[in-house]
Amino acid sequence: MSAPTPEVATRRNTELALLIFAVVIVVAAEGAVEGARNGRVSSHLVLYGSVPLAAGLIAHVVVRRVAAYADPFLLPIVVLLNGLGLVMIHRLDLGLAQQAKEGIGDSAQAEAPTQMVWTAVGLALFLAIIMIVRDHRVLRRYAYTLALVGLFLLVLPIVLPARFSEVNGARIWIRVAGFSIQPGEFAKILLTIFAASYLVDKRDVLSLAGRRVFGIDFPRGRDLGPLVAAWVICIGVLVGGHDLGTSLMFFGLFVVLLYIATERFSWVIVGAVLFVAGAYATYQLFGTVQTRVSVWIDLFSAAHNDDGYQLRQSLFGLGTGGLFGTGLGAGHPELVPLPATDYIISSFGEELGLFGLVALLVIYVLFIARGFAAALAVRDSFGKLLAAGLSFLIGLQLFVVVAGVSRLLPETGLTTPFLSYGGSSLIANYALLALLLRVSDSARRPGATSRPATADADVQTPSETTAVIGS
Amino acid sequence: MASAVGVLVLALLINLNYVQVVKGDSYRNNPGNRRVILTEYSTPRGQIIVQGNPIAESQATNDELKYVRVYPQGPVYAPVTGFYSLVYGKPYGLEHAEDGVLGGTDNRLFGSRLGDILTGRDAKGGSVVTTLNAAAQQAAYTAMAKQKGAVVAMDPTTGAILAAVSLPSYDPSLLSSHDTAAITTYWKSLNPDDPSSPLINRAFTQTYAPGSVMKVITSAAALKDGVKIDEQIPAPNSYWPLGGSGACPKAGGAACIQNFDGETCDNGTTASMALAFAKSCNTAFAQLGVEKIGGNALGAEAKAFGLTGDSRSVPVPVSASTIGSQSDLTDKAALAQTSIGQRDVRITPVQGAMIAAAVANGGTSMKPYLVDQERAPDLSVLTKTEPEQLGQVLDATLDQQLEQMMVGVVQNGTGTAAQITAADAAKNPSLKGVTVGGKTGTADTGVYVNGVQTPPHAWFVGFAVQNGVAKIAVAVIVENGGVNGNETTGGLAAAPIAKSVIEAYLGSAK
Repeated sequence: MSAPTPEVATRRNTELALLIFAVVIVVAAEGAVEGARNGRVSSHLVLYGSVPLAAGLIAHVVVRRVAAYADPFLLPIVVLLNGLGLVMIHRLDLGLAQQAKEGIGDSAQAEAPTQMVWTAVGLALFLAIIMIVRDHRVLRRYAYTLALVGLFLLVLPIVLPARFSEVNGARIWIRVAGFSIQPGEFAKILLTIFAASYLVDKRDVLSLAGRRVFGIDFPRGRDLGPLVAAWVICIGVLVGGHDLGTSLMFFGLFVVLLYIATERFSWVIVGAVLFVAGAYATYQLFGTVQTRVSVWIDLFSAAHNDDGYQLRQSLFGLGTGGLFGTGLGAGHPELVPLPATDYIISSFGEELGLFGLVALLVIYVLFIARGFAAALAVRDSFGKLLAAGLSFLIGLQLFVVVAGVSRLLPETGLTTPFLSYGGSSLIANYALLALLLRVSDSARRPGATSRPATADADVQTPSETTAVIGS
Repeated sequence: MASAVGVLVLALLINLNYVQVVKGDSYRNNPGNRRVILTEYSTPRGQIIVQGNPIAESQATNDELKYVRVYPQGPVYAPVTGFYSLVYGKPYGLEHAEDGVLGGTDNRLFGSRLGDILTGRDAKGGSVVTTLNAAAQQAAYTAMAKQKGAVVAMDPTTGAILAAVSLPSYDPSLLSSHDTAAITTYWKSLNPDDPSSPLINRAFTQTYAPGSVMKVITSAAALKDGVKIDEQIPAPNSYWPLGGSGACPKAGGAACIQNFDGETCDNGTTASMALAFAKSCNTAFAQLGVEKIGGNALGAEAKAFGLTGDSRSVPVPVSASTIGSQSDLTDKAALAQTSIGQRDVRITPVQGAMIAAAVANGGTSMKPYLVDQERAPDLSVLTKTEPEQLGQVLDATLDQQLEQMMVGVVQNGTGTAAQITAADAAKNPSLKGVTVGGKTGTADTGVYVNGVQTPPHAWFVGFAVQNGVAKIAVAVIVENGGVNGNETTGGLAAAPIAKSVIEAYLGSAK
């Protein structure tokens, strides 16, 4: 292995500077919350500054050692989002406690301290992954094992008795000994790894064989197997777990990876047809889906007085926020049920306004763009598919959530990556960050190509895949 | 792929623009959006003040809505304040009319709001200082006792409203609490859809036939027309404006005017105008209106007094007072009735007070107003209402004669119950040198129960002049306070209330 060539900067100092900048923003946000709520800042400010600072610094130091050439934007963005999420969760704790004191609503337990614990656990998983997985290509060896684990996690809540798995009508949880885990959050990463690996193996046949219809190359019927399998699994999740969001996300992810791997747009068409068919069938068959759609369309009709309450409150919050928002701590996002999990985006929209929300979206877009950049730069096809898939996962999840709370699409009940309260989501997304950093490190590390190729290194066709990601 | 993400983000941005900007106002002000109320209730609303004391103020609470509106003497001032309700809003009174100042949202308070934001002070609303006189208001409310009706008093020289009482009343505090269930229950107990609901503002928005009170206007028009107050005018027992003779048929229906209960006025053929006025002879004034004054002149005079057919704003809305349609002035039978305040003539109690005030003020009618000052939260004065003349109902010389006629009504006519006697003045030095004038009225309700008309409404409009200075004008209406066909009973019901208000007001002025 050759020594790093001096002209390739590690850019770790950029990361450190951005980290500090991120923490400054978080501290300012917490200061704004306390100022608006109490008229002065308290010692909480130190806590809400030091948690993201500590998490960021620990991660930074380790990244310096084990992934020195990793992308310098990804970690600061996650620290910023995680920190802002903590501030908003804290702010919602204050609002809900105030409500409880006034006799409206139950006295809820403060969620911000718990979220700090989840942050620590997420950080631990992040460190474990980035230290253990020194080369992402190693993951290919375990692709089928990971897929099995992922499927198991996905199916587990459906086969478990409802009392262990059902929360608010969706059976996507495992509740044991006071803890609740949403295994789907972990499954999504495991299945992304598997899909990336599988498609690298099968891409030749999936992209070359086929017949031409109306000038478009369609795959052969027998090659549709993997896509149909993914579709069946997603329908299964939807039917068994009443989880619109997760199934939509998985299917979207798989179609997108197929497209990236094969460069055949026909896969997207086939995927879309399957999606429409599945959506139509489930709409016809299941009352819950019909209700969601009906609430979405006729939100303000008297018939949806109760089941449309949450979405209406979300829209009221967003509308009240307007262009500039009420200011952090000065609005009433606690009026929306589940403000810290599914609806944290409307909490931000109310208090930071359209400007603040767009800024948040831009931060996410930056994260996704850096993920795509890593996918473009990395030299192995598995790495490309993995980085693109993980980035797209964040993008798709964000889209589904924001579209849901702002009534662009029916609600699906997903969490907002890194912002929302919830251990599973936060921890899983920290794992996702570790993998993305690993791929980006490999992309920029000098002399990486001269490394001894692993046994299952694929035939290099970087130009094709790169073109699809960048288009 | 990157472009696919771009398209998704673009879709989100367009939709967020739609939700937050295009539909923003509609969502912000949607009735289902509690944020509006929470924000409004999180700042203290300004006070409504009577002579330095609040009649409406916001008090801090411990619940989600940080301030609660209380009305220390709720029912007494309800027609002036209105209420401030979570459930029913603020549709009435100064709470409605001065909402911008009280809530702090008025544009003139922008600087103050900005200052609050910059300095971190809690924003609050401005206050409204009314023209009311606490003693007059309380006396009016007490004197009305359990009777239905209204009292309005004003300063004849300025138009400042000194008292405005409406009964039955309600307690605005009970509609302004934070207990929505209790609010709703109380609201229902007020029978909001009933035409006699306590929520009806009898002082400002209810109109009544003025009955004989109209004779003040008819007399003014007659004086303008050259009729002298001691001139003998026809005062028969019955008057047939379209021609005819003999007593009016008992069954009614004919175009025939008779005096109350078919009484004789003076000698049965003629009477001096002053006497006809003091005794409130219908035939004399009907005939004056039809044969002497004419519809056009009477209409013009009524308009000068304020019966313009237009509503006013003091800034609490006051319903329009009207003499009726053009045909009520051209058709002789109708004009005969119009001349004595029947037919389609309708006035508010505020208008009643304006009639007496104009006469007391040398013929100059003043624009009524309820708000003396609007103040910013820092107590600096935003506006101060300057008295405004509406016009001249009579020139000063003729007005003096009309004033004299009205004094005659209280001295030895139908309104003696309003008299402030030498004995009263001896007991209460502040009543020395006071002369009261006025006019009673008895207005048919036109409401029949079991074929019998309900007792008529009793009117008294009058004024008090002390040592040549007009002090106060009062209008009192007691619903169903009279006895059918008897003018005197109306005077007996309404005039003493006017007297109480006059005494209380003069007693309070130091």
